[in-house]
Amino acid sequence: MSIQKLSRRRFLQMTGMTGTGLLLTGALSADHALADVLDAPVGSRLNVFVSVGPDGSVEIIAHRSEMGTGIRTSLPQVVADEMEADWGQVKVIQGLANADYGSQNTDGSRSIRNFYQIMRQMGAAARTMLEQAAADTWAVPLEQCRAREHAVHHSDGRSLGFGDLAEQASKQAVPDLASLTFKSSADFRYIGQGLPIVDLHDMTTGAATYGVDVFLEGMLYASIERRPVLGATVEKYDEAAAMAQAGVKAVVKISGKTPTAFNPVEGVAVVATGTYAAMNARKVLNVSWSDSAHSDHNADSYLDELIKRVSESPGDTVRERGDVDAALAKAVTHVSAAYRTPYLAHASMEPPMATARVGENSCEIWACTQTPQTLQKEVAGALNLAAEQVIVHVTLLGGGFGRKSKPDYAVEAALLAREVGRPVQVVWTREDDIHHDYFHSCSAQYYEGSLDKEGKVSGWLARQATPPISSIFDPSVDQLGDGNMSMTFGSMPFAVPNLRMERHAAPAHTRIGWLRSVYNIPFAFGMGSFVDELAHAAGRDSRDFWLELIGEDRALNFAPEGFDFGNHGKSLEEYPYDTARLKNVIRELTDEIPWGEDLPENQGWGLAAARSFLSYVAVACKVEVRDGRLTVLEMHSAIDAGLIVNPDRVHSQMEGAMVFGLSLALMGEISFDEGEVQQSNFHDYPIARISQTPRVIRTHIIDSNELPTGVGEPGVPPVAPSITNAIFAATGARHRTLPLSKNLRV
Amino acid sequence: MKLKVNGKVWDVEAELDTPLLWVLRDGLQLRGTKFGCGKGLCGACTVHLDGRAVRSCQMTLAAVKDAEVKTIEGLSVDGSHPVQVAWRDHNVPQCGYCQSGQIMTAAAFLAENASPSEDQIDSAMSGNLCRCGTYPRIRAAVQQAAGEGEA
Repeated sequence: MSIQKLSRRRFLQMTGMTGTGLLLTGALSADHALADVLDAPVGSRLNVFVSVGPDGSVEIIAHRSEMGTGIRTSLPQVVADEMEADWGQVKVIQGLANADYGSQNTDGSRSIRNFYQIMRQMGAAARTMLEQAAADTWAVPLEQCRAREHAVHHSDGRSLGFGDLAEQASKQAVPDLASLTFKSSADFRYIGQGLPIVDLHDMTTGAATYGVDVFLEGMLYASIERRPVLGATVEKYDEAAAMAQAGVKAVVKISGKTPTAFNPVEGVAVVATGTYAAMNARKVLNVSWSDSAHSDHNADSYLDELIKRVSESPGDTVRERGDVDAALAKAVTHVSAAYRTPYLAHASMEPPMATARVGENSCEIWACTQTPQTLQKEVAGALNLAAEQVIVHVTLLGGGFGRKSKPDYAVEAALLAREVGRPVQVVWTREDDIHHDYFHSCSAQYYEGSLDKEGKVSGWLARQATPPISSIFDPSVDQLGDGNMSMTFGSMPFAVPNLRMERHAAPAHTRIGWLRSVYNIPFAFGMGSFVDELAHAAGRDSRDFWLELIGEDRALNFAPEGFDFGNHGKSLEEYPYDTARLKNVIRELTDEIPWGEDLPENQGWGLAAARSFLSYVAVACKVEVRDGRLTVLEMHSAIDAGLIVNPDRVHSQMEGAMVFGLSLALMGEISFDEGEVQQSNFHDYPIARISQTPRVIRTHIIDSNELPTGVGEPGVPPVAPSITNAIFAATGARHRTLPLSKNLRV
Repeated sequence: MKLKVNGKVWDVEAELDTPLLWVLRDGLQLRGTKFGCGKGLCGACTVHLDGRAVRSCQMTLAAVKDAEVKTIEGLSVDGSHPVQVAWRDHNVPQCGYCQSGQIMTAAAFLAENASPSEDQIDSAMSGNLCRCGTYPRIRAAVQQAAGEGEA
């Protein structure tokens, strides 16, 4: 680390603190002063993902965003293995927004499943080019040259290191994909190993660069007062008062748009020489807002209305088998239940942050984004630039969970940087994050089931009313499509002779967005709870009942029943919905725990399972309820995600998913009144603390060589119903409304 | 005023109600200390003040007075503090954003209590939120660092 003594003038340029009354003198270290995102390879380029330097360093592009899944490690780990690179000599380079990489949308739990094979191809192509370079150097046939452990070896014992071959290899033609040969899985060196993440040292020493850590010379900071209600517009504000505050350089109105899509919302920005100065000056803006069509939105009464709608009236049929009305009419035992789940906020530990520098025909952005190419397109559109005139640097993300797939905050930074003619960092406060999220949708569901005289389920009716994400692109859309209902609603997997799923309208009154596992959260809660209710009505053990209800081993096909199953964009031929794998996670999970054990009074086990993001997950929880206080004592999960690249990161994702599910089940709720979000920070939108997290959290990974499937999200959906089912087992009380803190102390 | 941070003394002229967090981040470019909530609710901004873990977003410059401030950058020169080592041994971080604060809280706690019980660990760490849910590994890492007895 070089320490630089700075002149006062230079220092003030760097910190931009002249007007804030905040002055520092002393030595600043220069290497903290600029954006520190390693995203430009320097070696000889072998293909779009791989470069090799003369010193043998192998630079591998991570084109997906790192928000905690470990993807910056796992995909390069596949490349390194296939190319026989030594992991110790690999440098991971974060990719800029670049369509050459393919999709960079780090969402939908699809990084490994969509890029595992491509990363192997990139590694194999690089290896072949290194081998060809050695063959040319030695003037021998390619067949006599084999790459192994960071060198190419000739059958006579000669060898050349990757560094020695780098330049020559980069001049080789990129081999035809069809000609590539791949390592056999028995020879894998890194695939299947729990390699520590590449950012581990930086993350434990404070050296990692997140969106909020970017610093550009001459940079100003912006804090934005945004509309409190969807569609409200600025009527007036006190620009002079804000401009009179220390450090304030500009006050800029930002206009909202309809549809909201990924655009900034209407607001007034204060741009100042320091973050704190901008946040403070914003308090005196005193903005008046217009009314909007959503000014009457109250979440509680809206959910009351939706619950009434689904409970009392038929909706549009989305999937049908047999004659459910006849089955329900003939029921020996009839069960009905309505489930209610609230809006949720993402609340990643790092709120949305972006920094922009705008030139005459250029723009450079640094942001914690899940979707760099979308960001590039949105910023280009806002500035009237071509996409290629916008350079997007991707920092680490302090959590994402779907929020950071919407680049509205980067567009704000770009507009402000253009307006003030200096680089601008937009800093969202926690309150901004909670108030102006793209919220996980609230949902109302209603289920009816019938048991016949043998206690078998003869009929299953399900209805939902859930505001759709699509409304952000087209406000007239007020129903979920089949793609979204494929998340554990229309795709209910049970072998029931008569069933019908129906949907109701539920217009959106706020920005709705994807949140870790999306609609699987409400629908796995409804479905998973109702299975347990039926099991109880039938007097059966819940585990046995789940297995029986899923039925025979088979690949499900929903088309004959009128439902267009999305399967997360993959064909059912390639990724079947395999009931055997769903039952298997339930069996393996319940074999790992003392399911059925005798428990003290007020304790119980609960179970739920779901297939989402093409993976199969079962979760079991043990709870205690005493004097109205709920304690979750143990959480266990089993996941079948096909072939696993980095088992340690799968464990960590599943541990995290259980805690994420715990938070939303116990305490997660965003409510609205008069169109405004009622929560503001972690005191009223709590997330689980360590003291609420069970001491026992375990994950069982199913050993599999099937195609890799999703990991980041599928651990979440079964958590909430496993907890409420456990509460029922412990107490006999059925909780059909989330969060549980409405009725229990947590 | 004079501000002592990580063994260096700085001359700072600022409004005395400025939170230490922003002096560290915007002023001294010590960006390992994170902004998470601005209300002392999440612990992402935790630093040491004379060895005590405090929330730098709630600590005004005036309140710092002549106390010695230590940030994650000053906990060790090379990441070798037993808590940092334990964090790596257990692969604790996911996104990593909260971990500076978690580590600073754990280091101050273990300096006071070298052999804590599980309940004491939970209690000490319960002011630090992690949205990724790394708590099981935080518990294990704190236990390991405690076992080394010199944290």
